[in-house]
Amino acid sequence: MNYEAVIGLEVHVQLKTSSKIFCSCVNKFGSSPNTQTCPVCLGMPGVLPVLNRRVVEYALRMGMATNCKIPKYSQLARKHYFYPDLPKGYQISQYELPLVEHGWVDIDVEGKTRRIGITRIHIEDDAGKLVHDESRPVSYVDLNRTGTPLIEIVSEPDIRSPEEAAAYVRKIRQLVRYLGISDGNMEEGSLRCDANISLRPEGQKEFGTKSELKNMNSFRNVQKALEYEIRRQTALLLDGQEIVQETRLWDAGKGVTHSMRGKEEAHDYRYFPDPDLVPIEISDQWMEEIRADLPELPDEKRRRFMEQYGLPEYDASVLTVSRETGDYFEEAVRLFDNPKSVSNWIMVELMKLLKQTDVSIEQCNVTPAYLAEILALVDKGTISAQMGKEVLQDCFGTGKSPASIVEEKGLSQVSDESELEAVVAKVMEANPKEVELYRGGKKKVLSFLMGQVMRETRGKANPKKVNEIFRKMLEG
Amino acid sequence: MADITIEELEHVAQLARLSFSKDELANFTGQLNDILGYIAKLEEIDTADVPPTTHALQVTNVFREDRVEPSLPVEESVANAPQEENGAFVVPRII
Repeated sequence: MNYEAVIGLEVHVQLKTSSKIFCSCVNKFGSSPNTQTCPVCLGMPGVLPVLNRRVVEYALRMGMATNCKIPKYSQLARKHYFYPDLPKGYQISQYELPLVEHGWVDIDVEGKTRRIGITRIHIEDDAGKLVHDESRPVSYVDLNRTGTPLIEIVSEPDIRSPEEAAAYVRKIRQLVRYLGISDGNMEEGSLRCDANISLRPEGQKEFGTKSELKNMNSFRNVQKALEYEIRRQTALLLDGQEIVQETRLWDAGKGVTHSMRGKEEAHDYRYFPDPDLVPIEISDQWMEEIRADLPELPDEKRRRFMEQYGLPEYDASVLTVSRETGDYFEEAVRLFDNPKSVSNWIMVELMKLLKQTDVSIEQCNVTPAYLAEILALVDKGTISAQMGKEVLQDCFGTGKSPASIVEEKGLSQVSDESELEAVVAKVMEANPKEVELYRGGKKKVLSFLMGQVMRETRGKANPKKVNEIFRKMLEG
Repeated sequence: MADITIEELEHVAQLARLSFSKDELANFTGQLNDILGYIAKLEEIDTADVPPTTHALQVTNVFREDRVEPSLPVEESVANAPQEENGAFVVPRII
C-alpha cells in the first residue's frame, strides 16, 4: 500500500528587537550567564510585565507578509509547566486570541507552486538555557534568553513531503529576513522548527496518528528527520502495527528519531488569560502604519524582476533570495544597463566566491559599482571575459578597484590566444614574402612581423604571447 | 457545575508538584467544592450576549517602547540561588 505524508510545522522565530518582550533587558545572544536579567525575566514574585510595542508590530508585519487576517482584539495567556529554564513556572503566550490567523504562503518545489496554509501566528517569551555538566549530575541555568521575544508560526497540515517542508521553512526564513524582524539563523537557534507528521493510505481523507518531531536545527535536518520518520511509520503500518502518538527527538549524528521518555502523559498546560497584561487592540490606523512600512516581499520582487528586467524566472528567484541580493543586482544594473549579463555574473562568478568564503553579498569587496566597472571593461573589449573573471576574483580578495587591478597586472594587453592567433594569421597572409624569408632561415624578419601585429592591435598585444604564436605558426 | 472529585484534585496537585495525605485530599476537595459552589452562583446570570471579559478594567494597549535599560548586576540576579557557579544557577540535572 502507498502512504501519503501529512505534515504540519511549528516554526519559532526570535525577533531582533533591542530589548526583551516584557522588560528592558537587552535582547542579545552570547553574553556571560545571567548578565542580562532583571526581576521581571527572573520571574520574581510581584513584578509586572509590560509588553514591548515593537514585538506586536513585528508579528503584525509577518502576518501581513503571510496574507493573514489580523483580528481587532488579542490577548496574552499563561501556559503552565515546570522546567528549570522557566523561572515563572509559566510561559506568557497566546491561546484563544492570537495576534494573527488564517493566511498562507506559496512555496516552489520542483517547478510546482504549492500554497501552504498558516493557521496562526502568536507572540510569546522564550525560555532560558540549560547547560548540562559533563561529569556531575547537575545543570547550569542561564536566564539571559528568558524573555527573548518569539513569534510562533503554525502551519496547516498542508505539507506533503520532506522537500516541501524544507521549502516552507526556507520561505519563512526568507520572509522574516526580508521583513528585518529576525536573523532566521537555524544553527544559532533564532529560527527553530518542530514538525507534526502522520501517514494515511493514499486517497484517504482522515488523518492517521501523528508523531511530533523536535530538535531539527537545519533545513537539511528538517528534511532528513521527516524522511526518516516516513520510513519508520511506513514500516510500522505495513507490519500492521499502530503508531503511538508521542514526541520524538531527531538525532542528527545517528540519523534517527527516538522517543522522548517521560512525556507520554498528555500535556495539561492550564492556559488562562494573563491578568498582568491587558488585551491588545489593533486600530485600522496602526495597521496602515505597519503596512506602509512593509518592504517589497520576495514574490513581488521576483515578478517585478521578470517584468522590469526581462529576466528568466530562475534568475529572478536566485536574485531575490534575499533583500540584499536584490538590492545589489539593481544597483549594478543601474550602473551597467545589461540585466541578463549582470545576473549571469552575480549568479555564477560572484555567488561562487561568496559560497567559498562564506561572505555575505552586502559585505563583500566587490561592490555593485566594481562589478559594473568590470562588465564595462569586458563590454568595451579592454579585457576579455576570462580576464574579467580574474579581475573579479582579485577584487573580491583584495578590495582593489578593477581599473587598478587591470593596470597593475597589465591585463589590458591582449593575451587571449585565439584572438592573437587570428591577428598573426592575418599578418602572415598580408606579408607572404617575409614569411617565406623567415622559413628560409632569415629569422630576423620576425621583428618586422611582430611590429605588424602591434600596429594591428594598437600596441595591446602581449609580445611574449605573439612571439610564441609566431614561432608555432611559422615553424609548425 | 459538577463537583470535583478526589481524582481531579490529585491530578491538579500532581501538576503543581504538591503531595497530600489522604485526609488532606478529602479535606481540600470539600473546601474546593464549597468555593466552586459559591462561584457557581454566577451561572444564574444570563451571559449569552456578553463577550468574555478577561479584565475588570476597560484598558487596552499598555506598551513599553523598545528601549534597553541596565540589567541587574549578575551577583544580585543569583543572590537568592541555593547553589550558584560562575553566575549560573545550579540545579539537579534534567534532560
